[in-house]
Amino acid sequence: MPLDAPPAADEKPSAEPTNRLAIVDSDIHPAVKSMACLKPFVEKKWWDHAMTYGFRRRHGSATVEPYPKSAPLASRRDAWPEDGSGRPGSSLELMQRQYLDPAGVELGVLGPLGNTGQGELNTAFGAAFCRATNEWQREAWTSKDRRLRAAVVVPYEDAYASAREIERVGHMKDYAQVFCLTRSADPLGNRRYWPIYAAAQAHNLPMAFHVFGTSGHPVTGAGWPSYYIEEGAGGHSTSAQTVVTSLVMEGVFEEFPKLKVVIVEGGFGWLPPLTWRLDKIFEKNRDELSHLRRKPSEYIREHIWISTQPMEEPENRHHLLDTLQWVGHDRLLFASDYPHWDFDDPFRAFPAGITPAQHRAICAENGLNVYRI
Amino acid sequence: MTTDWTGAIDCDVHPRVPDINALRRYMDSYWSETVEVRGIDSFETIAYPRRAPMTLRADLAASKPDEDAGRTASALLDRHGFGHAILNCLYAVQMIRDEHMAAAFAAAVNDWVRHEWLDRDPRYRASIVVPYQSTERAVAEIERCAPDRRFVQALFIAGTEEPLGKSRYWPIYAACERHGLPIGIHAGSSYHHAVTGSGWPTYWAEDYAASSLAMHAQVGSLVAEGVFVKYPGLKAVLIESGVTWLAPYLWRLSKFWRGVRLEVPWIDRLPSEIVRDHIRLTTAPLDVPDDPAMLERILDQLPSEDMLLFSSDFPHWQHDGDAMLPANLNDALRRKVLIDNPRATYARLAP
Repeated sequence: MPLDAPPAADEKPSAEPTNRLAIVDSDIHPAVKSMACLKPFVEKKWWDHAMTYGFRRRHGSATVEPYPKSAPLASRRDAWPEDGSGRPGSSLELMQRQYLDPAGVELGVLGPLGNTGQGELNTAFGAAFCRATNEWQREAWTSKDRRLRAAVVVPYEDAYASAREIERVGHMKDYAQVFCLTRSADPLGNRRYWPIYAAAQAHNLPMAFHVFGTSGHPVTGAGWPSYYIEEGAGGHSTSAQTVVTSLVMEGVFEEFPKLKVVIVEGGFGWLPPLTWRLDKIFEKNRDELSHLRRKPSEYIREHIWISTQPMEEPENRHHLLDTLQWVGHDRLLFASDYPHWDFDDPFRAFPAGITPAQHRAICAENGLNVYRI
Repeated sequence: MTTDWTGAIDCDVHPRVPDINALRRYMDSYWSETVEVRGIDSFETIAYPRRAPMTLRADLAASKPDEDAGRTASALLDRHGFGHAILNCLYAVQMIRDEHMAAAFAAAVNDWVRHEWLDRDPRYRASIVVPYQSTERAVAEIERCAPDRRFVQALFIAGTEEPLGKSRYWPIYAACERHGLPIGIHAGSSYHHAVTGSGWPTYWAEDYAASSLAMHAQVGSLVAEGVFVKYPGLKAVLIESGVTWLAPYLWRLSKFWRGVRLEVPWIDRLPSEIVRDHIRLTTAPLDVPDDPAMLERILDQLPSEDMLLFSSDFPHWQHDGDAMLPANLNDALRRKVLIDNPRATYARLAP
């Protein structure tokens, strides 16, 4: 906790030293040591396809990211396994030693990135690799450390294949969420994605929308930017805003009234202004949006949770305290983004002035309410 | 509550070209004939459907004041006692693919505005519609219009084909800086690609909402590419896409800059400071919640009170009746927003 945080009114000082807060982390990125890790889980036909044609997504690059990051694999320099055995995030032992144990993580929700099958132009091929990624998460992670929960990675551009994958594994306790990326071929509230939401709701799995993805469209409505700073600061938070706008305006929460949504790794400072803006627009366009029975702010407040990483860092911390309040302390989920370069520590990332009760809600209680534990 | 608008400078008013014939009068014989021979109807985008409630306030639907300088003057300027109104004609020149045609239409729109609006009321000022499909033609149009000091700004539409920081636009900014013209970036899109990074939304309301996202991209691009390092006298005005999103975006932009500034080494200070000094926003639509107690806390997040410029967005429907600014805006800030900030932004408004 920040040292100058005053005790909250509901905090009774205790003579006993209290146990350290158990952390729920909504965004940990496991990596394969090499693609061979997935081979046991992929049909021969599709493994051969990968070896012959590679991974082909809607940005044309066969190898590097279109916007090279500021660190290799966008990772902490200290997160590379010392024995040279693989990539950051690929060693459970290092993850435990470096993060899970010292931070006191009680529940860590995985979000696999990379060649997971998502966004593949050949959706049947993509579906095969999503299945493999889901099997691998159980075999390499959740079966070995019960603190970890997997994501149902789905080939979201084929909603029916995605729903089948949720049906296949969604009943297993290893899985905590359904995982999509924010940059999709159509805005994610579009009806063509609704079979995914039907299956997620049926299994009481929250839908996680994590930034990144390859939509085939310029990453902004103003075209392709030049730099990673533009993609990172603006591209990701605006793609998350597009998801929220689309889910609300298209009526996803009218159709799926029990659906929970978690927005991951796009920051959260933008959510209150977006909510205010959508309410104003809704007010003037009720005729076009007659399928909505409530204001956008009400759907957002009821259905959307948002992860805290990367932590917003205004110069005036009172601005951040206001924003945390406007989002709602019960709607924020701590995320570390381990092992990436802009990792947040659960005990250092929050501003002075946040109360212990608020900190506990964000870092533990909210997650236990959202994820199917 | 004060409702005195005397002398206010309205930084976003929309004249509407009534039909293609209004422009043909300002085209040379080749283009005028081309319009007829090829059967070119008017260029309108899907951004402002004529009958959509946001496009035209219900109480103005019958009189269509936006098609006539006199009717707008009486419904807006006379009624409130505004000192000036800056006209941003949204005729969809930016949507045209053919750069020759775009240049011809931009020139016609600018001449139409000059003769049908600026000449008819001394309170009007206007933005130059710029055919930036071609940098050379854009510069030429600015040079053609700039001697008339009633043109106070060069107009862009937020949904550009490429972000506005790219070096291909820089000669345009050199011309703007030379003539004391800010660049105005207005809501909307050229629709040369999807309005979001995740494709085309279903509803008009989503399209309209997405304009603020394109504005994020333009701010990031102008800052990251170093436009304000190269052109320290240039200002950019973000028009009709809200205000409250900017501060949280600047937190991100400044944080990312701290982490990845090795890729943009020409940026030697915080993006939030660059934006504070060079970027302004018009007030309509003001995206604040109805709770008046929150207004001060929200506006406090902006880097400076100098950044807000008053706009009515006439005749678009952004407010009801005369409630063009929140009633509880303090008097000092209100005065800045209505008069001082626009004057400080638009060099050519100086008496």
